[in-house]
Amino acid sequence: MDLAAILALNVVNGAASLFLLCLGLAIIFGMMRIINLAHGEFVMLGAYAAVISANAGVNIFVAMLVVAPLFVGLVGLVVERCLIRFLYGRLVDSMLATWGLSLLIVGLVTTIFGNTMQGVATPFGGFSIGAYRTSWYTLFLLAVALVMLVLIYAILRYTRFGLIARAVMQNPEMAAVLGVSPARIYMATFSLGAAVTGLAGGVLAPVSGITPVMGGAYVAKAFITVVGGGAAIISGTSSASALFGLVNQLGAYLTTPVYGEVVLFLAAIVLIRLLPQGISGRFFKGTI
Amino acid sequence: MMTISRRKFLKTTVSASAALAAPGISTRYAFGSEDPIKVGSLLDQSGAIASSGVTMVTAMEQGIAEINDAGGLLGRPLKLIQYDTQSNIQLYSQYAQQLALKDRVDVVHGGITSASREAIRPTFDRFRVLYFYNVLYEGGVCDRDTFCTGTTPAQTVEKLVPYAMKKSGKKAYIIAADYNYGQITAKWMTKYMQDNGGEVLSVDFFPLDVTNFGPTISKIQEAKPDLILSALVGGNHVSFYRQWQSAGMKDQIPIASTTFGLVNEPSTVEAAVSQGIYGCYGYYEELDTPESKAFVEKLKKRWPQIPYISELTAATYEGLYLWAEGVKKAGSLDRMKVIEALETGVSYKGPSGEVKLDPATHHTVRNAYLAVVEDKKWNVLETFKAVPPSDTASVCDLLKNPADNQQYVIDIKA
Amino acid sequence: MNGPVKLTLQALAILAACVAVAVMPSYVDLFQLMQFTLFCSMAVLALSLGFIWGFGGILSFGQTAFFGLGAYAYAVTAINFQDSTPAILLAVLVPALFALALGYFVFYGRISDVYLGVITLTVTLILFNVFNSTAGDAYAIGSARLGGFNGMPAVPTFNMPFDPSSILFPEQSWYVTGGALIAVYLGLRLLLRSSFGRVAIAVRENETRAALLGYDPRLVKLLVFVVGGGVAGLAGALYVNWGAFVGPTIFALSLSAEIIIWICIGGLGTLIGPIVGCFLIEYLVSQIGTQQAFNANLVLGAILVVFVLLLPKGLVPTVRDLLLAAGRLARERNRRPAGEETHALPGGHPVGAE
Repeated sequence: MDLAAILALNVVNGAASLFLLCLGLAIIFGMMRIINLAHGEFVMLGAYAAVISANAGVNIFVAMLVVAPLFVGLVGLVVERCLIRFLYGRLVDSMLATWGLSLLIVGLVTTIFGNTMQGVATPFGGFSIGAYRTSWYTLFLLAVALVMLVLIYAILRYTRFGLIARAVMQNPEMAAVLGVSPARIYMATFSLGAAVTGLAGGVLAPVSGITPVMGGAYVAKAFITVVGGGAAIISGTSSASALFGLVNQLGAYLTTPVYGEVVLFLAAIVLIRLLPQGISGRFFKGTI
Repeated sequence: MMTISRRKFLKTTVSASAALAAPGISTRYAFGSEDPIKVGSLLDQSGAIASSGVTMVTAMEQGIAEINDAGGLLGRPLKLIQYDTQSNIQLYSQYAQQLALKDRVDVVHGGITSASREAIRPTFDRFRVLYFYNVLYEGGVCDRDTFCTGTTPAQTVEKLVPYAMKKSGKKAYIIAADYNYGQITAKWMTKYMQDNGGEVLSVDFFPLDVTNFGPTISKIQEAKPDLILSALVGGNHVSFYRQWQSAGMKDQIPIASTTFGLVNEPSTVEAAVSQGIYGCYGYYEELDTPESKAFVEKLKKRWPQIPYISELTAATYEGLYLWAEGVKKAGSLDRMKVIEALETGVSYKGPSGEVKLDPATHHTVRNAYLAVVEDKKWNVLETFKAVPPSDTASVCDLLKNPADNQQYVIDIKA
Repeated sequence: MNGPVKLTLQALAILAACVAVAVMPSYVDLFQLMQFTLFCSMAVLALSLGFIWGFGGILSFGQTAFFGLGAYAYAVTAINFQDSTPAILLAVLVPALFALALGYFVFYGRISDVYLGVITLTVTLILFNVFNSTAGDAYAIGSARLGGFNGMPAVPTFNMPFDPSSILFPEQSWYVTGGALIAVYLGLRLLLRSSFGRVAIAVRENETRAALLGYDPRLVKLLVFVVGGGVAGLAGALYVNWGAFVGPTIFALSLSAEIIIWICIGGLGTLIGPIVGCFLIEYLVSQIGTQQAFNANLVLGAILVVFVLLLPKGLVPTVRDLLLAAGRLARERNRRPAGEETHALPGGHPVGAE
């Protein structure tokens, strides 16, 4: 019983972290068909922003939940204005450019801060479920993931920005005819995606090793999850995260983390073969 | 059959390259004694392994500057040729060829991961360039052209395991990085656990990009060990220690590690995470000897922000000096003469104490230090003087088989 | 340019390449020769993706899967048989068969576009994980230990066919590798000129139309994919012959991305472009590491970003357009004194506007 509870918690935690990591990518990829290979570096920048401001005396929660997304959102804005806006509709060029960008960011951060970084302590302590101990931070991650899910859903579903953004996503020409400037929407969306990614980096910072190359561990998995989820940002990404999180964590528990990863990848292949449009293309058609 | 054909191949290649090398050699001697001695170095200054590589480069630069200030070697100055291998194995092979064939260096120091060493070692064997590998590793390299100056498991794990068992209990859970170093170190850990009457509950391996250790922590709790033995490697694996602490396990089960603190983990994670972790290495920056203090002061002067000076950095520095001692003794840069001089058991008193080359294995007899992390620093608890590389010695005798050039996987009898 | 002129030029270029390969050893030193050997083996890899992507419309994020399988197949066979002849054959066959299986799974499931990219990427990651975890003694094929992350060192290099005792010298290895690059280029050129090649391009342009004309796009794409897999496998064998070493980082995401970068820089939809891009980037990366002033990632990243912004079509198409425009300009100039000035000035025609 205790074991079942702790395993369930692990699965939920794995899914929540994956969802947080993927959401920003899903927004950018889902709305603009830009494959952002610098996604992992945005996560890294979020972690650095959180850690540096926390070490400078900013409250840890402010650092994770405000400074990190704001900073990475700003970076996203600059990147969009200087680079991405020339590359809309050019999938391959955008990959090349964002790959270059990821190397550039890693190089810059290494040059400025060196190869290692003073981390921050994990807030909250641990608690017990029967014979097992786990951390409150696990639950905090879950809460952040849920809040982000609701928040992004609400923005896309109920605000004017969300309505326009969805319209641009479906048909940019028609939206432009109706007086909306797709360029500005793209700019805002890219920035939003970057900010969400920065937040993920911020909240994962206290439980990760902080190095300039930490982003490399995330980009492939996030990309696979987003594509497995399909076009719908919220329903697709959350269902794919839940599925892959479950498979990965159970696989890792039952065998070893190596096969946990392999099982996740196999699940992704089978999923895409069976549902070439992703989960949401089949089950949540027309949702966000 | 195979060895014969390969040897023949080596001979022909070498004579071919010697023919090509001839003009280079003649010009070198024509320049006279002012022509510098070239010291090649292959270390990662960017990419995932750069955190280890950059301080090692500093040690190389420091050592070379010191030798030059003292008048050089054989009356000639040293010149460092360092290439940034960018944490990329292919570049190791490429630059190894460049050092051997284009720059025609007199010695190469370098390589960090075992994979990088195994990628470049055949190149240096083939083109007859003396090679020093200055990193702690799993042991077993047996090659007359290669000298390994870092510690091996028999020098450190053998001391660490019984000490940690004494402090905790007889049941251990081993977690290690999923590559050769981790796999082989885990075997040594198992052996020393059993030698000391302990029991290993489980051995888990983790790919280097794993960052979520939640399921593992649950598994460990289910197994209820007295002790965690860790050979986790790299920035991503630091997550384990953080997640372990945040789950509140830190004060319940102690950790002993063969890798934690090799870069600068004690000072980058917060005190609560690192407090009380045991380690055993060939060198710590906190070591309280005159040689060590002078070394730390010199490196911090060269690079004030240097994160931490670990065994990797000290062994690099000592490796350079051991080679220099060999050259002095040989009175020549000729590769075979230097090897023969080094094989007389050359020694050097460096920051970690007396380091002596073991002629049979081309490894070092050196001190090992057992320490515990307290307030983000290593507190050295015990010193083991002149520990021999007995693991490699059990499979390797270059005095008897000088033509040997492989890395043995040591058959560990538990 | 009209057909015969183009053909003659191409024939001349290939002849020049053959001569260059033949005389290279007497002009450069051993190190440079070995470096060129490496570049040529990587260029074969670049060609494999340049072919399936540029002419089959298949963007594979995981071309390194076939490259790596070829390299491992070569290494395992060469260690077991101590003869590179069967090893090279298997290095082509194993990845081609793997491409056949994977391609069947993918194309007959009508997966395309970015989903195809994700599947190939995922397969590569699986292979990386699997080969990475083969460090124990249990993972051996015959007498070849796979060696996990450390890989397999001291793999026997090429020998004369069926004569294991005469191992090739570096010069001979260079002839083999340079020759293989030219042969692969020629083979792909001829394939593209055949009716199959034309159908493949038709499928790339419009699958539905090709299907309506009676061709099976799934089969065509599958065959293109298999050819690409086999060529990538050959590149793997050439690569191992150069370094006598293979390890799982051969499957790494960074190498997969690098191949795509070579093609983007050289020019998609050409065969010479991937070769040019590969040579340029490989040379650049090896030069970056010899300087100590800047972080290597910083320099390479900046170059890539600037490149995308300034030369979006890639080098070869841009140069070709420039040459064509210059040729047109010259013709116009020649014509003008004789005729009336009805033509718009070609100088006003923006380069790359086609």
